[in-house]
Amino acid sequence: MNSELAIILIACLTSVACAIPGVFLVLRKMALISDAISHSILPGIVIGFFITEDLASPWLILLAAFSGLITVVLVEAIQKTGLVKEDTAIGLVFPALFSIGVLLISIYASDIHLDADAVLVGRLEYAPFDKLMIDHVSYGPKSMWTISITLLITLVLLFAFYKELKLSTFDIGLSSALGFSPVFMHYGLMSIASVTTVVSFDAVGAILVVALMIAPAAAAYLITTHLKKMILLSVLFGIMSAIGGYYFAVWLDASISGSITTVLGLIFLLVYLFAPSNGLIAVLFRQKRQRIEVSLLTFLLHLNNHDSVEERRVGHLQEHINWGKVRSKTVLELAQKNNMITLQDQVVSLTAKGLDFTERALDYIITNKDEKIEDMKNDFFLFRG
Amino acid sequence: MELTDFFTDYTLRTITLGTAVLGAICGMLGSFAVLRKQSLLGDAISHAALPGIALAFLFTGLKDSNVLLLGALISGFIGTVWIRGIVTKTHLKTDTALGLILSLFFGFGELVLSYLKKQPDANQAGLDKYLFGQAATLVESDVILMVIVTGISLAVMLLFWKEFKLLLFDKDYAMTLGFNTRFIDGLISFFIVLAIVIGLQTVGVVLMSAMLLAPAAAARQWTNSLGTMVILAAIFGAFSGVFGTAISASYNNLSTGPVIVLVAAVFVGVSFIFSPGRGILFKQIRLIRNRRDLELKKTLYFMYGIVEKHEDISRPHSIRILNGFQGYTRGTLSALADKHWITIQGQDWSLTEEGFETAQNLYNTNIPES
Repeated sequence: MNSELAIILIACLTSVACAIPGVFLVLRKMALISDAISHSILPGIVIGFFITEDLASPWLILLAAFSGLITVVLVEAIQKTGLVKEDTAIGLVFPALFSIGVLLISIYASDIHLDADAVLVGRLEYAPFDKLMIDHVSYGPKSMWTISITLLITLVLLFAFYKELKLSTFDIGLSSALGFSPVFMHYGLMSIASVTTVVSFDAVGAILVVALMIAPAAAAYLITTHLKKMILLSVLFGIMSAIGGYYFAVWLDASISGSITTVLGLIFLLVYLFAPSNGLIAVLFRQKRQRIEVSLLTFLLHLNNHDSVEERRVGHLQEHINWGKVRSKTVLELAQKNNMITLQDQVVSLTAKGLDFTERALDYIITNKDEKIEDMKNDFFLFRG
Repeated sequence: MELTDFFTDYTLRTITLGTAVLGAICGMLGSFAVLRKQSLLGDAISHAALPGIALAFLFTGLKDSNVLLLGALISGFIGTVWIRGIVTKTHLKTDTALGLILSLFFGFGELVLSYLKKQPDANQAGLDKYLFGQAATLVESDVILMVIVTGISLAVMLLFWKEFKLLLFDKDYAMTLGFNTRFIDGLISFFIVLAIVIGLQTVGVVLMSAMLLAPAAAARQWTNSLGTMVILAAIFGAFSGVFGTAISASYNNLSTGPVIVLVAAVFVGVSFIFSPGRGILFKQIRLIRNRRDLELKKTLYFMYGIVEKHEDISRPHSIRILNGFQGYTRGTLSALADKHWITIQGQDWSLTEEGFETAQNLYNTNIPES
């Protein structure tokens, strides 16, 4: 297998393995736990490396994953004392553990083939050359084996516990009432996240693991609110960024993991801007339209309240409701276009349709009953809630 | 390594002074971050500053720390604004937004750094120090810059003290009083970003957030007053800086940043355990004391139940009849006697007038305890 294909394959497998737990972390509002875990497995990795002297050894992976779990437990213990808020607890624990890891590396720098820089960004470039050798026969890159096994375990657990995970993510009360232990689910997910982080760590480093976990899931969450679709989409985003990132890195002759993250960032930026109903542009458009519709409603209600001719002059309206020229013009035009009002000699009067509309809107405001405005929902964002 | 070296050795003096000032400003501004529940914002901002440093070098080719820090300031600020944009305009939560900005910006920064490394002519070797920080590279001008920034932020903090305080604890009230909360909010955020950027050279991108959090979290345990907390946090921060520098200078191969963070973590640990008001130790002691008191009163009430049936309160009863009641020991009996609630004579006990009254009112919540 040539090294180019091997790197792409490892990158894709890693991004898929990260994306799946990432979806649940994002949904459970625990995205930053992945940040904490990815930093605090470092002392575990260093100590494990002293013992096994092999970064791909299963014992090292277990030991490091265990130190990830310790982080979770420690954060929860500090939270439970109530001395500081949850986010402060996270922010206190992982830098301390990470510092211990960095110091261990720097003290034993001569004995250990880990450098602090590689810890942060990983060495995907070299991954294909570290091959699994059994009896002098090469079985392909080690990290491909570890990540494939991790991915397999993740997938098996995902299929086995899909409905339990789904339930405990969205309705923890119901899930414990039905007898599924939320604690079990929580620590199960944390263990998977820990193991995945450790395994990916060698390839993509501490901080980029966080990107691979959170960014695809966040982008997918902006597009869909359906769990299955969200998982599939984030896997897709992960693979896209892995492949795109590789070729971008080759073209630029720069770090592969950095470039994968950058591509992920671009994907997220595009989704953030253009997602159909939750993207920035869609949200701004909707907010603007709602603002205009509120203005229109205010305007019509004002007309309904004041019958006398001088109260209904265009100039007077600007004064009375305190709108600028542009805004009043937009509202006037919108009202005219919808046949709500007629304009004669700068005097505004409600049409029959406008009067009817206002009465019903008023009814709705007073009674707050939804059925009054059923048929208005088609024309107006405002009433769609 | 002698103690006097800290005053005579120029480099060491500069570094110690630098880390002390840095610790002080971080503690001061970190208090606001902690109280605003924005502890991890610092983590996100410090990571987000990395591409700024790398790009500033890419475009200017200068390794002057002021230029690089300006780049860091700009990209840190962009990160902050984007986090706010994600949280306010979409349904993604704060944690997701922080994690996103942190990792995506950092990855992009790494990309630019690795690109710079491959350039044949560029003299970029010093940029790596922003990852973990190298206090050893601090020179006098850096320390002067730190002192100036600290002075400015101190002045602004004193000037806007009551606005900051109001915003921290009751934002809605501040708004109704007509303060421009957006401006004050931005001002606090700006100074937090500034403190982070100043610290990058010394402590590094990865550990900067702990510098901001740890002194403030430790100070929070000792006081409930904002002013005291800010001062305490500044002192804790400064001491972490000094001790950290001293420890890392005394041994080979110890980078200053992680040591400072660990010293600050020790401050936090000690505060969590030993602070009189909120500390775990004293809380536990209070818990045990309350439990003992409850046992004592239960015993007293049981005695009251026996005595009640007799006309003469002070009639002695045998201690043996208490055997059926769990929770009485020789210790509780003498404790009761010490309080003059009972008197013990040989194998008999009798309730005193005072003890009878106390027992009578034990479950009467209408009478205030005196």
